[in-house]
Amino acid sequence: MAVLKDATAIVGIGQTPFAKQLPESERALACRAILAALDDAGIAPDEVDALASYTMEETDEVEVAKALGLGDLTFFSKVGYGGGGSCATVAHLAAAIATGQATVGVAWRSRKRGSGPRPWKNTTVQLPTPAQWTRPYGLLRPADEIAMLARRHMHEYGTTRDHLFNVALACRNRANQNPAAIMYERPLTREMYMNSRWISEPLCLFDNCLETDGALACVVVSAERARDCRRTPVYVHSAAQGLPAQHHGMVNYWNDDPLTGPAWTAARHLWKHADLTPDDIDVAQIYDAFTALIPLSLEGYGFCARGEGGAFTEGGALETGGRLPLNTSGGGLSEAYVHGFNLINEGVRQLRGTSTAQVPDAATCLVTAGEGVPTSALLLRN
Amino acid sequence: MLTPVVDDDGAPFWEYAARGELRIQACADCAELRFPPRPCCPHCRSFATEWRRVSGRGRIWSYVRPHPPLLPDYAEQAPYHVVLVELTDAPRIRLVGNLVSGPGARLDSVPAERIRIGARVQVVFTPTGLPQWLLERP
Repeated sequence: MAVLKDATAIVGIGQTPFAKQLPESERALACRAILAALDDAGIAPDEVDALASYTMEETDEVEVAKALGLGDLTFFSKVGYGGGGSCATVAHLAAAIATGQATVGVAWRSRKRGSGPRPWKNTTVQLPTPAQWTRPYGLLRPADEIAMLARRHMHEYGTTRDHLFNVALACRNRANQNPAAIMYERPLTREMYMNSRWISEPLCLFDNCLETDGALACVVVSAERARDCRRTPVYVHSAAQGLPAQHHGMVNYWNDDPLTGPAWTAARHLWKHADLTPDDIDVAQIYDAFTALIPLSLEGYGFCARGEGGAFTEGGALETGGRLPLNTSGGGLSEAYVHGFNLINEGVRQLRGTSTAQVPDAATCLVTAGEGVPTSALLLRN
Repeated sequence: MLTPVVDDDGAPFWEYAARGELRIQACADCAELRFPPRPCCPHCRSFATEWRRVSGRGRIWSYVRPHPPLLPDYAEQAPYHVVLVELTDAPRIRLVGNLVSGPGARLDSVPAERIRIGARVQVVFTPTGLPQWLLERP
């Protein structure tokens, strides 16, 4: 891991507009995001020799490479488990570049979740085999699966709906500052939150992420190469994946301790190989498909003790100027839900000093992927 | 309504359930219980398995109340209770199920105010062999 520490850097980021519905295909959106990221880096497409994305990505590397005129690829990888894969795409590229398997890597995610189909609206869908233990009982959607853990966390630790509101509000307040966010200029109040419709009690509408069309990409090169790029390099200081012993994706109910999920495993490795501790983190981009994932992640990544994740959100801790400014572009809850890739790009903007909700002198950022599934995380620094 | 899409490892569970028996997979060598079913014991790596009958008593570990949008059959009964039941005989084994007022009753048949974490429940089976849960003290 010493090999990986600060050995590579993100030197380009790119994205398409975000909307409930975009006219172009996922493939076209992916191409636009990748070209934007390469342009940001000042690197020509034919220099790209590594690609990484998610297993759920419909746009495969053959098509992307062909469409964009990329060079000969010597490394390509796809990371599983949906939103758990986001940070690992960068981690895989960093490992490949640090070990000489490639020189210029692009990670991307393109998704039409805003205008695409909803599995729970279609009775003919063939459900996956592990679902035999949950789906017949009407535990149908990710919101239902995470609500089960949220309810238990509330029961064991006194976490409240106000704590979850604090998370939703912090994300919305930052989105209100970000013209690219779907929730730009759309404020949220406590009254709106408390009076909104239920999705899966104890989770209401505003506890759930957006449904978004859009694509994002970033470019990873060696630290040496990064010094010659157009932009200030953002170094990959530490990276980790996490799949705990006896884990079961989304429904971690059969683990000995379901409230200590993959974040705990990823965090141990992440901090072990870093020169930083949670106290050194200036700003965090924590995967927020659901507000209830934030208390679990705050505990898992060591920002507070177990059971204190709800209380941590009190007193404006997650707001600008607070103890841990969170999801400063609006996150999955209020900027765009593109399987967490927007959190990576926002981490880069913070360390470049170009965020629309800039944390003064931000020098370190934690970015995490989906908690509740096999996950991944990055420590970025400038 | 959705019916279980059964895999090879899970098939015995559903065959026993169709006969009104709640049985959990156990290692035939070291006796560790495991759920969901799988081919090898994560404790001793034995492939020898048996299916141990359990009392069907448990406590609610957590629960949710889904609201639409849902699949139409479920939306029609929403909001309903999905419970996670920790078995009395096997505290680390937790089964997802529905809390209902009687075998085969509607998914919304228990009033919301009756449910709480820690409540004692007892398994029953629908005519199609799906385990469901009744409050011991309704």
